[in-house]
Amino acid sequence: MEKMSRRKFLKLGTLCAAGVSAAAIGASSVASAATTATTGTYQKNVKRLKGTAMGMVIDMREIDSEKIAELQKVCHAFHNVPNVPNEKDEVKWIWAEKYVNLFAGETTERLAEKFADKDFVALCNHCESPVCVRVCPTKATFTNDQGIVLMDMHRCIGCRNCMAACPYGARSFNFVNPRDYLDEVNYAYPTRMKGVVEKCNFCAERVAVGQLPLCVEAAGGAISFGDLNDPESKVSKLIAENFTLQRKINLGTKPKVYYII
Amino acid sequence: MIEKALIKRTSKSYWAWVLFLIALIAVGFAAYLYQMTQGFTVTGMSRDISWGMYIGHLTFFVGVAAGGVMIVLPYYLHNVKEFGRITVVGEFLAIPAVIMALLFVVVDIGSPMKLFNVYIYATPHSMLFWDSVVLPCYLLLNLVVGYSVLQAENKGLHYKKWVKALALVSIPFAFSIHIVTAFLYSGLPSRHYFLTAMLPAKFLASAFATGPSLIILICFLLKKLCGFDAGWNAIKKLSVIIAYAYTATIFMVGCEFFTAFYSNVPSHKAALQYLFFGLHGHNQFVPFMIVFVICVVFALFLLIPRQNRENPVKLGFACALVFLSMYIEKGLTFIIGGLSETPFGEIASYHMTAVEFLIIVGIFAIGILIATILFKLVVVVKKDRDPGAYVPEDRAGLALKLTTEKGMFVDTVARDKDREDEDE
Amino acid sequence: MYKPTKIIIALVIFLAIVTFPIWSSIGSDSVSPDVEISLDTPAINALGDDASCIYDTDYMRANHMKVLSEWKVEVVRNGNRMIVTEDGREYLASLENTCFECHSNYEDFCLKCHEYSNVDPSCWECHLEPVTDSNVSEEV
Repeated sequence: MEKMSRRKFLKLGTLCAAGVSAAAIGASSVASAATTATTGTYQKNVKRLKGTAMGMVIDMREIDSEKIAELQKVCHAFHNVPNVPNEKDEVKWIWAEKYVNLFAGETTERLAEKFADKDFVALCNHCESPVCVRVCPTKATFTNDQGIVLMDMHRCIGCRNCMAACPYGARSFNFVNPRDYLDEVNYAYPTRMKGVVEKCNFCAERVAVGQLPLCVEAAGGAISFGDLNDPESKVSKLIAENFTLQRKINLGTKPKVYYII
Repeated sequence: MIEKALIKRTSKSYWAWVLFLIALIAVGFAAYLYQMTQGFTVTGMSRDISWGMYIGHLTFFVGVAAGGVMIVLPYYLHNVKEFGRITVVGEFLAIPAVIMALLFVVVDIGSPMKLFNVYIYATPHSMLFWDSVVLPCYLLLNLVVGYSVLQAENKGLHYKKWVKALALVSIPFAFSIHIVTAFLYSGLPSRHYFLTAMLPAKFLASAFATGPSLIILICFLLKKLCGFDAGWNAIKKLSVIIAYAYTATIFMVGCEFFTAFYSNVPSHKAALQYLFFGLHGHNQFVPFMIVFVICVVFALFLLIPRQNRENPVKLGFACALVFLSMYIEKGLTFIIGGLSETPFGEIASYHMTAVEFLIIVGIFAIGILIATILFKLVVVVKKDRDPGAYVPEDRAGLALKLTTEKGMFVDTVARDKDREDEDE
Repeated sequence: MYKPTKIIIALVIFLAIVTFPIWSSIGSDSVSPDVEISLDTPAINALGDDASCIYDTDYMRANHMKVLSEWKVEVVRNGNRMIVTEDGREYLASLENTCFECHSNYEDFCLKCHEYSNVDPSCWECHLEPVTDSNVSEEV
């Protein structure tokens, strides 16, 4: 037998290895083709709330600090939002923020204290042009077909770019394991893990089956929810008839939460 | 070739240094494991200051990596022959710098198990995605180019054409890594300290001051420790680049001040006030900014007048001041400053924790270890193949004299002069 | 120094060792695992003889993770919360609110098999195990 040169031998060896791995990949793809999961079709619930730009109108004339605490309790209890005592690490979906803080830079200069210190409802604005969605490197946060800005917790890597980007401070990071700080557990909704970002989801899981968000229900008429693109919806009518404010519209994010003062 | 770095001409002090660095890496890794088990609550970051020292260091070391291009670009594009001996230093400096930058991203990620989602679900409208594309590309380019050039030299050959092609490709990549990193911040609508078109330019200018400064310091160190001589003309050329780039950087910092304070827009002023003077009682960064200002004044004084710049001792000081000042401005304070004003118009403070500090020390140790091995490789290869770059042992003592210009670079100054005469 | 025969023999031995997990299990497909999972839950018992899972048992045993992974995408990202099987049955695609309605015995169902096959699905980091007497007293 002619003696093989080392180079030739190595080349041959590499080719063999490549062949074997190609065969293995081929075999595995055949195997997976035979066992695809889908054996049915996916559908949306027929009762799902209709709309392409879900928004909220909050009538602050009818909501006080106690009411906000109640809304927060209902929301956080259902969504398993942890109650982290350390303020630095806190997680919140809906909370009370003073008027001067909520509308920082857009208030009047010599505002009477009773207005400046009035507690307002703060939550994610579900912007039409959300910065968080723009900056997210994995599309873990995205806008659904109803204009609700959602988090895919499975995909979030916890880079916190969205938190730096959000002009509304709506996002919280799980600095600790949230399960250690649940006062009570709702087994119908998942918790989160430490190291992911979360925020208000406009109760997408309820909207999908035709229910209003929990805070809307708990507010007893002071908060309205619906399609801002539909001129006949309750939210559109409220905006048409009342003086309303949005937060930081000069940033071009097009927030979908309106406040009646 | 790498075995040369590990076994050839090693000394006890070399191994002691390597072991010391490995010990620091172990400590940093332990701190990282602690952070991962406890969660980010053990860092100084909060709901308001969502990025801290890690992302600050990422920014700074991307700059250091990009700065190496100030040798590569003149050499490959403008045929500046003086840089021939140290292009590999520029390329090899970029390697640990990019690795450190990437590690600073990894330790900042809350769920690192899912890190590769960045590539699986590639998102072109995200700047962080582009950062995670260009940084590994730049790393790879520098590894291939630097190693190939050195290997060719080791074999006594000229590097191949494709190596030069790759070196040319690496030039736009060097710019892009820092531009993309700047876009990461300058595209955020509500952070006024970040939201400036000046940012990419400022980042690039400061990188082109910081990177070459570190290269000069490394050259001085290689000379002192190993007798490797980069060539005084190369250093002189680099010092001019530093002088211009640094002055441009400081000019742009000044522009930020003018725009913020002349316009008198509160949220434009907030970050600068917070960092330099303290705002609403939050003033933990004021001492750092005082050091920054002092560094700037002395560095400019040492860099701009030619007679200062061309004195090795003064140049060494100037480079150290440039590096320190930009480390403060970009590495330590830039991110915190930008995030200090919360969306609710309040100032949030940030205090680095021991865990963060140890992780940062660990990453520094990784970078320095890689740099140690790479530069040892350079020195060993050059000693075999480029004896002209070497100060003979008996004259090493003379080379160490940092008293005068001629004292340090006497042999190269003389040789460079001979060459110039020959050219004529 | 350079002896191709020895290298090839060594390579063959190396490949044989590396591929051990693959060839050692050839022909053992039909052997059922030595693990018993329990279907004894109130909801399943109430269904009586008509009890059936969303897909047939063998398919679910092999593919439940793929089914759930697909639900994950369809529900969270596409908003399709209903799954309609080929024979027309409708389900809410939800681990908590559909699967656990029947399989409320986490320890004797999910965990047993996961432990047997030595897998630790990351699902449980967020998704809560179904309520049972044991974990209620523990968690709440």
